[in-house]
Amino acid sequence: MTTDMQHVVVRFCGDSGDGMQLTGNMLSSISAILGNEISTLPDFPAEIRAPQGTLGGVSGFQVNLGSGVFTPGDQADVVVAMNAAALKVCALGSKFSLPGAVYNAHDSYFKPNAIIIVDVDSFTDKDLQKALYQTDNPFTELALPESVQVIPVKLTELTKASLQDLQLDNKTVLKSRNMFALGLTCWLLNRPIDKAVEFLEGKFAKKPALIAPNVKVLTDGFNYGANLHLNINTVNVEKADDLPHGRYTSISGNKATAWGLIAASHKVGKRLFLGSYPITPATDIMQELAARKDMGVMVVQAEDEIAGVCTAIGASFAGDLAATSTSGPGLSLKSEAIGLAVMAELPLVVIDVQRGGPSTGLPTKTEQTDLLQALYGRNGESEVVVIAASTSANCFNYAYEAARLALENMTPVILLTDTYLANGTSLWRIPQLSELKDIRVASVPEELRGKYNPALRDPQTSVRYWATPGMKGFEHRNIGLERDAQRGTISTNPENHEAMVMARHNKIWQVANTIPDLQVQANIDSDTLLVGWGSTEGHLHAAALELNCALAHFNYIHPLPNNTHDTLSRYRRIVVCELNSGQFATYLRSQMPDIILLQYNEITGQPFSVERIVEYVKGIKQ
Amino acid sequence: MEAQEFKSDQYVRFCPGCGDHAITMALQKAMAQVGVPTHQVAVISGIGCSSRMPHYINTYGFNTIHGRGAAIATGVKTSHPELSVWQMTGDGDCLAIGGNHFIHSLRRNVDLNICLFNNRIYGLTKGQYSPTSPRGFVSKSSPYGTVERPFIPAELVLGARGTFFARTLDVDMPTTVHCMVEAHQHKGASVVECLVNCVIFNNGTHSWLADRDTRADRSIILEHGKPMIFGKDRNRGLVLDGWNLKAVTIGQDGVSADDILVHDATIADPTLHLKLALMGQPTEAGIQPDDLPIALGVIRNVTEQTYDEAVNRQIEEVRKAAKVHTFDQLTSTLEQWEI
Repeated sequence: MTTDMQHVVVRFCGDSGDGMQLTGNMLSSISAILGNEISTLPDFPAEIRAPQGTLGGVSGFQVNLGSGVFTPGDQADVVVAMNAAALKVCALGSKFSLPGAVYNAHDSYFKPNAIIIVDVDSFTDKDLQKALYQTDNPFTELALPESVQVIPVKLTELTKASLQDLQLDNKTVLKSRNMFALGLTCWLLNRPIDKAVEFLEGKFAKKPALIAPNVKVLTDGFNYGANLHLNINTVNVEKADDLPHGRYTSISGNKATAWGLIAASHKVGKRLFLGSYPITPATDIMQELAARKDMGVMVVQAEDEIAGVCTAIGASFAGDLAATSTSGPGLSLKSEAIGLAVMAELPLVVIDVQRGGPSTGLPTKTEQTDLLQALYGRNGESEVVVIAASTSANCFNYAYEAARLALENMTPVILLTDTYLANGTSLWRIPQLSELKDIRVASVPEELRGKYNPALRDPQTSVRYWATPGMKGFEHRNIGLERDAQRGTISTNPENHEAMVMARHNKIWQVANTIPDLQVQANIDSDTLLVGWGSTEGHLHAAALELNCALAHFNYIHPLPNNTHDTLSRYRRIVVCELNSGQFATYLRSQMPDIILLQYNEITGQPFSVERIVEYVKGIKQ
Repeated sequence: MEAQEFKSDQYVRFCPGCGDHAITMALQKAMAQVGVPTHQVAVISGIGCSSRMPHYINTYGFNTIHGRGAAIATGVKTSHPELSVWQMTGDGDCLAIGGNHFIHSLRRNVDLNICLFNNRIYGLTKGQYSPTSPRGFVSKSSPYGTVERPFIPAELVLGARGTFFARTLDVDMPTTVHCMVEAHQHKGASVVECLVNCVIFNNGTHSWLADRDTRADRSIILEHGKPMIFGKDRNRGLVLDGWNLKAVTIGQDGVSADDILVHDATIADPTLHLKLALMGQPTEAGIQPDDLPIALGVIRNVTEQTYDEAVNRQIEEVRKAAKVHTFDQLTSTLEQWEI
C-alpha cells in the first residue's frame, strides 16, 4: 500500500556522533536527483560533542522533499530517532527540557500522525536515565497520541548482524547504524535503492574501503523494510514539474555564497581576495574559498575580525575583488573598517551570516537581528548597500550581486544571509558564467592619466573612479579623513563636508536604478500583504498561499527598489514578518512614514512556523 | 632617482622642530636610492602624527584608521607582491591599538617596510603616555606618573619572530637612510624603529642620547661584519662577559681590538640580537641607562620565506596542477542532473 503526498517532511535525529547531518544530506541529494524539490534544515547543538545519549547532544536534520517545497516544513511526517534522548527532543520540541512536559501538537517537531522509526536498542535503562525519563516507558511518559505510528527497530543489533562477516571493529559497526536507518527510510519513501548505492559510491570514491560496509548496511536496511510486511503505508512523493530546464544540484547557502564570489571574480577578471576569521556559522565560506586556489582565490585567515576586513580593504585598494565573511559579533568588530571603505570609496563585499544574538548569543541558531546593525552600525553618515539572500541556492546570485554592486559603485555592500540559509540546502540550477549579468567596474579612464585625484567621479553615476597601484601616472593618496570634493586632499571645510556627505549618499541612492523592481507574489489581488526579507521567503510564500493573500519579499534592502512605496500603498493591511523584534518594519517606517505596518515577529532562534504565521494573520483579519 | 620625485605637492604639517620632518626627508632619499618607480610603491599608515606621512610621499598612499595599518598593508602586499609596500606607524598606533596586527605581520613575515616612529607619547591627541613611555612618566593622562611598564619595541619584534630590526635617530640622517634602504632590500617584515623627538609634548625625550656631545659615547652604530666599536675616540667596544655584554676600552685591562665582538645581523638565533637591542633602553622615567650604549643601525637581518611569496606560490602551484580553471569547468565537477 502506498500513500501519495505532494511533499513529505523527514527528520533524522540522534547523538551528535550518529551521523545525522550526513544521513539527511544523503537523502536530500538522492531525492533531488530523483527530481524532487528539497529544502533542508540542519539543527545541531553548539557543543561539538556533548555527553553521549544526553538531551543536549541531540543533533537533528530535517528535509522537506517533493513538489511545491518552499520550506523545510514546520513538522515532520517521518522521524528517525536513533536514541531515547532524540525521541524526547523530537516529541517535545522546544519544551524538551521542561520537567514533566508531554507531547503537544503545537510544540512537537512531528505531526500527530507521524511515522516514527526508533532504535529500540538505544532505549536501555541507562539510555532512559541519560535522557532524564522518570519512568521506564518513554512512549507513555511522553504521552504520544495514538495516531503516531511507532516502528520499533533493533537498529544496532541488525547493523551488527549485517556487518558480522566483514571483520570490522565495534566502533565502525556502530557508526554504520545511520546507513541502516537511511536504507529503511529509502524503502519507506519508495526511493530506488540503486540510486542510493550509486550516491554512496560517489561519496566514498576517495575512501573505497568504506563503500562495501556502507552499501551492505544500507541495502540490508532497505530490504528489512521490504521484507518485514510492516502494517504501514509507504509514501510516494510528487516530482517537481514546473522547474525550468537545466542542470541541477543541491547546494548549501555558504557554498553558494562562496561560489557567487568566484563567479563574479571570473566575470570581471579580477582576483578574489577573502580576508576572514573563523566564526560560526560563516566559517564554511572561508574554508570553501581556501580550497579554491584552482580558481585563483586568495584567502588570508587573519589574526582577528578587524584584520579580516582590513586585509580585504588593502587588497581592494590594490585592485582586487575583496571580501570578508563573518557573523554578527564579527560584523560589530568590523564596523570601523567598513566606515573606512565608505569614506575611501573602495569596493568591498561584507558577508554577514546572521546568528542568534546579542553578544555570543546562539551561535548555531538562526535570526534576522543584524539588519539595523548592517544599515546603521557605523559612526558618522555612513551609508552602504545592504542586500539579503532568501534561499540557500540564491545565496549564489546575491553574493554575485554584492560583488557587482560593490565594483560598479565603489562602496561596501553588506550581504545578509543567516544560519538557516548557510547550513541548509536547496536545489540550484547551475548557471553558465555567460548567463550572469555583466559587471562594469568603475575603472579610471585613460585620459585622466597625470590628472587623477581620488575625488574624481563619473558624472553620470557620481561613482568615484578607481585607480590602483601599479598604474603609472595615477599615483594618489586615499584617506579615511574627509577629502576635498575637487582635489581629493584632506579637508575640514564645513561646506565641503556637507557636499561630500551628500555625494556619498547620492551614490548609494542611485543604486536603486540598477536593481530589479519589487515583485508581488501569491494572490496579488488580496487586500492583505505579507512583507518579509531575507531567509523567510519560503515560509512567507507558503503562508501567503494558505492565506490566499499577497507577499512582497525583499532581497534589496538599502536602497529599496524604486516601486516599493507604490506597491505597499496598494494594500489595506500589511504585516511585516521577521525573525527579530521588528527591525525591517522600523526601517520601512522611516522610509515610508505614511504607510501603516503591522508586525509578526518570532525570535526563537528557529525558522518561522508557517502555521503560526497563518494563525496570526487569520486572527487580525477577523 | 632623485628624492625630489618622491615629494608630494602637500605642505608638510608636522610641528616646526618635530623629528618627523627629518624622517620624511630620509624616506624620500631612501626611496630615491632604492629606485622603485613611484607607481610601484604604496605607503600605508594608520592614525597619528607619523601616519600623516603618506600625504607627503608622491607614490600610492593610504592613510587609514587607527592601528590597522599593518593589516591593510598585509592585504596590499599579499594581493600585489610586486609592489614595494611601506607602513608608517607610531608607538601608539603600532604597539597599543595595533599591537595584534603588528605581531602577526611579523610572525607571518609579510614583506613590509615598517617605520615605527617612537616618541614615547601620544602627540596627535595632545599628550598622553604611550606604551613606550617609561614608568613614572608624567603626562596629561598620568598626572602622578604612569605605573605601567613600557614595551621595548625590539623585544616585541624578536618575540614575534621578526626577521629584521633596525634602530635609528631622527637627527642621524645617514643612519636613517641606510636603515630604510636595508629594510627595503630585506625580504620579509622589516621594522625600523625611528627615535623621534616630539617637540611639543615630549621635548628632549631622546636628548640624553641624541646630543652631539654625548651621542658617540651613548650609542653604537652596528654594521654587519664589523667590530662593535663606539665612542668619541673609537676606542670603546663590546665583548661578551659570560652571558652578558660588556663595554670595554681597547688598550685597557689587556683588551685588544681583536677581542671586540664582530656584528653578525644574519644569524638566525636571536639571542645576541636581543641582548644588543636591549642595551640602553630607558624603562624608568628620569633614569638614563648609561652602562651600555644604545644600539643603532641594522641589528637583525635574517632571510626567511615571506608570507606574500609563499601564498602566491601555493596558488600558482595548485593552479598548474588543477584540472579545472574556469567557473564553468568548476560547476561541471558538481554532482548534477538534468531536469
